Amino acid sequence: MSLFTPLSWGDTGFIFQGILNTIYISVVAIVIGSILGLIIGFFRAESGKFGNMLIGGVLDILRSVPLIIQLVLFTTFMGVAGFPLDPFVAGSIVLSLYTMAFMSEVFRAGFESVHDSMVTAARSLGMTYWQTVRYIRTPIGLRAVLPSWIGVALSVIKDSALVSVIGYMELLRTSEQLISRTQQPLEILIGVGIFYFIISYPLSLYGKRLERKMAL
Amino acid sequence: MDYEFHWNVVINAWPQLLDGAFVTLHVSVLSMFVGIIIAIFLALGKMSQNKVFSYFSNVWIEIARNTPALFQIYMAYFGLGAFGIHLSPYFAVFVALVFINAGYLAETFRGGFQSIPKTQYSASKSLGMNPYQVYRYVILPQMFRKIHYPMTNQFVWSILMSSLGILVGMNELAGETQRLQSLSFRTLEFFIAAAVIYYVITKFVLFVANLVSKKLFKGDI
Repeated sequence: MSLFTPLSWGDTGFIFQGILNTIYISVVAIVIGSILGLIIGFFRAESGKFGNMLIGGVLDILRSVPLIIQLVLFTTFMGVAGFPLDPFVAGSIVLSLYTMAFMSEVFRAGFESVHDSMVTAARSLGMTYWQTVRYIRTPIGLRAVLPSWIGVALSVIKDSALVSVIGYMELLRTSEQLISRTQQPLEILIGVGIFYFIISYPLSLYGKRLERKMAL
Repeated sequence: MDYEFHWNVVINAWPQLLDGAFVTLHVSVLSMFVGIIIAIFLALGKMSQNKVFSYFSNVWIEIARNTPALFQIYMAYFGLGAFGIHLSPYFAVFVALVFINAGYLAETFRGGFQSIPKTQYSASKSLGMNPYQVYRYVILPQMFRKIHYPMTNQFVWSILMSSLGILVGMNELAGETQRLQSLSFRTLEFFIAAAVIYYVITKFVLFVANLVSKKLFKGDI
């Protein structure tokens, strides 16, 4: 009996599970990261210098330490603290916070892109502060940063591959296991690459088109 | 939480960590340098009339931008093995980073090239400059002034992404940290130290880049 068996149709299910897991954790991270980023971005656009510096410093750490180190550090820390987490939960938390760090900058730029005069005009129409936030600043600000939002979301999908280090069975890790069993790295890796490309390329084209449309 | 931190293990391993940090800087600087050179050609290729050249550049740029960095590294490390090319971990990470840097920077450069008015090309040609001189003395200096900020970002990104070397057994900072913690099992301490070193390196690079851009691009930016 040979130790290495070739790829078979039975492996499709395994790979498919990996694909689903990649999509799952990316969507979770993008949704949670965007919501948190929106709140923090709004807060940063509103608050004064001091509060800004404090939050900015923390977010800066998230952006200046490699994701892979954050993942290992967080998992080990939780293990040591007595709350060992499932790889999916730990991965989603770290990836969401990482996404938040980038999203908050995107949204802050969005909120700041809305002219003061527009807000003043809305207030003079009798809108309350929260009404200007709800009906003026959020819709206009968010629309302006949609292309950047797509860019960050795409990078999260790609960065989700790193969650494999803490043992989450996403696409790249399943393919790695298949490679060590079948010893056919090229075929498997090319398949994986095509999958990422198929997800990422149309979105990036859409983002570029939006950007061009908005520039006009 | 009943965990006792043992920092002396980390302090004793300090020289190895610094060696790792040096390798990290080394691979990112080198990959950035080679990446910039290739990116200039890719950017010119994407804008060129030559179908083959522009198709080649497009494929390179889109693959680099739309697949994960980890995938590129696996491709260089495991994938090329199928062709009988066996790269060392350092070289695999280097090749992958060059590939990605070139792809991302090409788009940046293209934006930079296009932001320079066409009249400047004809003006410098009418002064009797050859194509090399046009780019060397007129176009590139202006372009670098416009794109030094995205370039710095890309450089920081390379530093952070070189940490993926941990997965192919490279001896850069993350990989070295992994090796050291496996000797002593002080995982938390070592990874905290690595995080701090990465943070310091990133800040240092940003600081230097700022300083250099202030010196090089005096006046308006």
